[in-house]
Amino acid sequence: MTEHIVSSFDDDLNALSDKLAEMGGLCEKLVGESVEALIKRDIPLARRVIDWDRSIDRLQHEIEESSIRTIAKRAPVAIDLREVIAALRIANDLERIGDLAKNIAKRVVALDGQFQPPKLAGGVAHIADLTLGQLKQVLDAYTRRDETRAVEVWNKDGEIDALYNSLFRELLTYMMEDPRNIGFCAHLLFCAKNIERIGDHATNIAETVYYVANGTALTDDRPKADLMSAELGE
Amino acid sequence: MDTTTAVASKPAVAPPPAATQPDAAPKIIARDVNVHYGDKHALKNVTLDIPEKAVMAFIGPSGCGKSTFLRCINRMNDTVASAKVSGLIQIDDQDIYDPSLDVVQLRARVGMVFQKPNPFPKSIYENVAYGPRIHGLARNKAELDQIVEDSLKKASLWNEVKDRLADTGTGLSGGQQQRLCIARAIAVSPEIILMDEPCSALDPIATARVEELIEEIRRNYTIVIVTHSMQQAARVSQRVAFFHLGVLVETGRTEKIFQSPNDKRTQDYITGRFG
Repeated sequence: MTEHIVSSFDDDLNALSDKLAEMGGLCEKLVGESVEALIKRDIPLARRVIDWDRSIDRLQHEIEESSIRTIAKRAPVAIDLREVIAALRIANDLERIGDLAKNIAKRVVALDGQFQPPKLAGGVAHIADLTLGQLKQVLDAYTRRDETRAVEVWNKDGEIDALYNSLFRELLTYMMEDPRNIGFCAHLLFCAKNIERIGDHATNIAETVYYVANGTALTDDRPKADLMSAELGE
Repeated sequence: MDTTTAVASKPAVAPPPAATQPDAAPKIIARDVNVHYGDKHALKNVTLDIPEKAVMAFIGPSGCGKSTFLRCINRMNDTVASAKVSGLIQIDDQDIYDPSLDVVQLRARVGMVFQKPNPFPKSIYENVAYGPRIHGLARNKAELDQIVEDSLKKASLWNEVKDRLADTGTGLSGGQQQRLCIARAIAVSPEIILMDEPCSALDPIATARVEELIEEIRRNYTIVIVTHSMQQAARVSQRVAFFHLGVLVETGRTEKIFQSPNDKRTQDYITGRFG
């Protein structure tokens, strides 16, 4: 991209991008470690995740302030306007992702001392891997302003939904097998749902990356395989 | 104000401000318009439709040809000895460069407002009454008075000057003078009003008044405005044409141009990236 005549405008936009990259990196770390804490039952790690979420909230605040300041000062148009709007939107999605990771960590802390057959967490690890991959790819797509990679993420979200559905069924059978599993499985199910939602936020970010590149919205209905909600009237 | 009559037949729900009649039938049609000033090729093969009863903004860096093109629409370039205009410009299917056309009549149909307010060194009343009088638009003093009053009302100046119509026009503030010039342009009932950077000499409040005025009168007039202010183009126009180096680079709906223009040159210019 050609530089602005007013170079401090470029400085503003670059600072915004950098801050978003920092926030994205922190979110990846948080999601990864919240799941790690869940699987390894690592309470100190879970507590650290809960603490780190504050940094994400702070970054979101800063990005929001810089975006508003840029709009007020520079009256951005065209690609510049889309960049600023994208920063606002992505920061929002990342903040939600941070909250969801924090919620997983809180459940790990709450589960301390409860009956936890380790094999049950395996399915969650799988859906978490897939989601983390999506998050990494979409943040990478944002950094490179690569709409093709963003659309890939967007198209792949159905796999996470499908995986969540099968995990739901699996956990349901464990609960029916042995009522002592119910407490733990219920927490696990919420964790899985959180991860599935993180995937949804990754697709939101994919849509935003596409908007930055094209100036138009990705209009087709996103691939949806979360039939569970419909079946259960959730 | 009679501006309401034009929309009276429409549904009660007002259309979004920027979307009114963007696709109306073209009032002005330009085909392959070229302008030379001596050896300088100032405007190159410009082909453009300008919709009726809407505001079209011409934007582009200095010397890009936007004012040159604006001046072709009322044949102002005729007054420049070295200027040579070729190509076709039609208003309502009539070729305005047809040798049999009366240029004085054309300029009554196509009013113009300039960058610097240029009221005649006469009274406020005379500034507005002059045009209608020489064009014989009023049969008597009462009719002329009415035209002056209506024009000043349309230009949102009436309340400020009604008690001092005999005062000289040049004694008004800059913003008032510019609105007086708009009233003067309106007084001869033109169909088209050309504005060449009408707010560049005005402060933000006077600018806002002129923009509010443009917004009101666009329901009844076809307006073409040249502006160096991107924000002004975004605020007042429904369509934008971007000129660069004598070429019409891109034209389209204002929202589209300012959100996602097609041409890189347009994007570079409106985002402040032109080196």
